[in-house]
Amino acid sequence: MWAALDILLQANFWAATIRIATPLIFGVLGALLCERAGVLNLGIEGIFVAGAMSGWLAVYLGLPLWGGVLVAAGVGALFGLIHGTLTVPLGLSQHVTGIGVTLLATSIAYFGYRVAFPNVATPPRIEPFAPLDVPVLGDLPFVGPILGQQTAFTVLAFVCVGLVALVLARTPLGLALRAVGDNPEAVEAQGLSVVGLRMGAVMAGSALMALGGAFLTLSAFNAFYFGMINGRGWVCIALTVFASWRPGKALLGALLFGALDAYQLRLQTITGGAVPSQIFLMLPYIFSIAALVLVARRADYPRALMKPYFKGQR
Amino acid sequence: MIRFVPRERTPLWLTVAVSVGSGLAALLLTALPLALSGAPVFSAFVLMAQGAAGDGFALAETLTRATPLIFTGLAAAVAFRAKLWNIGAEGQLYAGALATVALGAGLIEAPTYILLPTVLIGAAAAGAALLLIPVLFKTRFGADEVVVTLLMNFIVLLFVQMMIEGPMKDEMAMGWPQSAPVLDEATLPKLVTGLRLHWGLVIAVVAAVALHIFITRTVWGFRIRAVGENARAARYAGLPVVKAMVLVGVLSGGLAGLAGASEVAGLKGYLTSDLSPGFGYAGIVVATLANLSPLGVIPAAIFVAGVFVGADSMSRAIGVSNYLADLVVAFSLLSVLVGGLLTRFRIVLVRRETV
Repeated sequence: MWAALDILLQANFWAATIRIATPLIFGVLGALLCERAGVLNLGIEGIFVAGAMSGWLAVYLGLPLWGGVLVAAGVGALFGLIHGTLTVPLGLSQHVTGIGVTLLATSIAYFGYRVAFPNVATPPRIEPFAPLDVPVLGDLPFVGPILGQQTAFTVLAFVCVGLVALVLARTPLGLALRAVGDNPEAVEAQGLSVVGLRMGAVMAGSALMALGGAFLTLSAFNAFYFGMINGRGWVCIALTVFASWRPGKALLGALLFGALDAYQLRLQTITGGAVPSQIFLMLPYIFSIAALVLVARRADYPRALMKPYFKGQR
Repeated sequence: MIRFVPRERTPLWLTVAVSVGSGLAALLLTALPLALSGAPVFSAFVLMAQGAAGDGFALAETLTRATPLIFTGLAAAVAFRAKLWNIGAEGQLYAGALATVALGAGLIEAPTYILLPTVLIGAAAAGAALLLIPVLFKTRFGADEVVVTLLMNFIVLLFVQMMIEGPMKDEMAMGWPQSAPVLDEATLPKLVTGLRLHWGLVIAVVAAVALHIFITRTVWGFRIRAVGENARAARYAGLPVVKAMVLVGVLSGGLAGLAGASEVAGLKGYLTSDLSPGFGYAGIVVATLANLSPLGVIPAAIFVAGVFVGADSMSRAIGVSNYLADLVVAFSLLSVLVGGLLTRFRIVLVRRETV
């Protein structure tokens, strides 16, 4: 019992929480941005894979780490362009197109990896982002070791939360973006382009999703593995509803999920195999579903979510 | 600028031309990465076609692979018709497979004509029960079924792993995490001796025809379509929307569960956690290629299966990664989606209106 609580006092646990949460922060922010503009992006799972693979490959081929981050974002935006083109001006089913984008992005990434490295047993490695050396704060007890295990990529995630929150809440662009997901007719009446705003949001959101994948290969691990995304993208879709489409709550939800995941790993070593490990692995998904059911009544869906908009057709 | 004008009716030649055009577009798109990888593009496609349907053996392999895809394709088609976005066929497939080994691997001993139907009904019930959870969450609490069905896939797969590493582990399997094999009485017989093709295909085709008749000829089929076209209007007209949703959930989940039963009882014989290479997700592609028509699911499933089987044999022959198959399927899905626009709308160029 005490051992189970003791976990919460370990700096290592909190460091892991932030590390596990980072890709989810990017993913939820990306999904939130797309959905705020009225487009559900189920391409997220595949865009994660493509971001992880392309960012890692760029660094492997000699680009600096931040170059890899940019490449991943660009690749994400490209898949956003595909999803956006099919769903916004063409108005195709967002569910089916999203699944198609996931399939496309995943298979291109896997195929590309196999073309580049036909028969390697151990995946080639890169030198990932180094842990930060934080002045002053880094010397504090408890907090220091937690910060000392994070990389600049994680800092970028927190910066993005602030940036997205600021843009959505405080800028004319943010106002227009929120309006386009709620009431596209009003946006059109203002003389703004519904298609342009939605396309921009989907591309920017997809770029953020790809960063979530790139974090895994460029910061958390140092190589690309098949199946390394393993549902992280889908979890972000759930967290978006949980976060009520708000960046601050998205950060909170991602951290909560990260904590749950980090906790179950440590709890497993305490119970020592008395409980099947799969029970612990299920917990985050079960909690996600429970959270969704609880917030569903209050969920303030963007009113035009999943509704295609055609100019002059009502 | 471009404007879409809905067509009142689609001429047959256009439907055919668009289908062929979408297929060609998918192949052209696939040729690009194939050429970039340095493979001989033309002979790769020839090898793929031969691998999928070059001889009786290849054709039987394709049909074997198509069997679970018909089931999951039907599961997606019936759900999507009612706008129940069931993305959880993968989990429902595993639930069906789990029920198949739970009932068929020794729990009940009975002759084939009792045990086999019991196993199939049990598998369908398990898949249906699994989908009824998100349907309930949707109708009672308004929880989005897309997310819930997606997340449940992971829970079910973990549960399967837990069972085959724990209570249902086969002690005779040299330590491999797999279930005990199903009894002979619970096995779907082969259609042709010497080939892997089994009676699951017949059941799948019968299910497709039955679903087609159900949807087009019965009151409940009409209600399902009405709910899908406009749930609010259906509710206003006094149609039992919740009941229709539950019925769709039972049909869709049950069909996905049968996919699991057919794979275990017809092909593999026992349950492992890699039973399905994503048949549940591929079912969404199949249903879309079929334009959500139950009868159309049959050729669509055979096409997707052919791509996978053909790409497998092609990749062995010239050493190109068989992830190419996923690529062809993804490109096909997207081309068919775009192509579908051409059959539903006329595309008219209008001059930008001046305000």
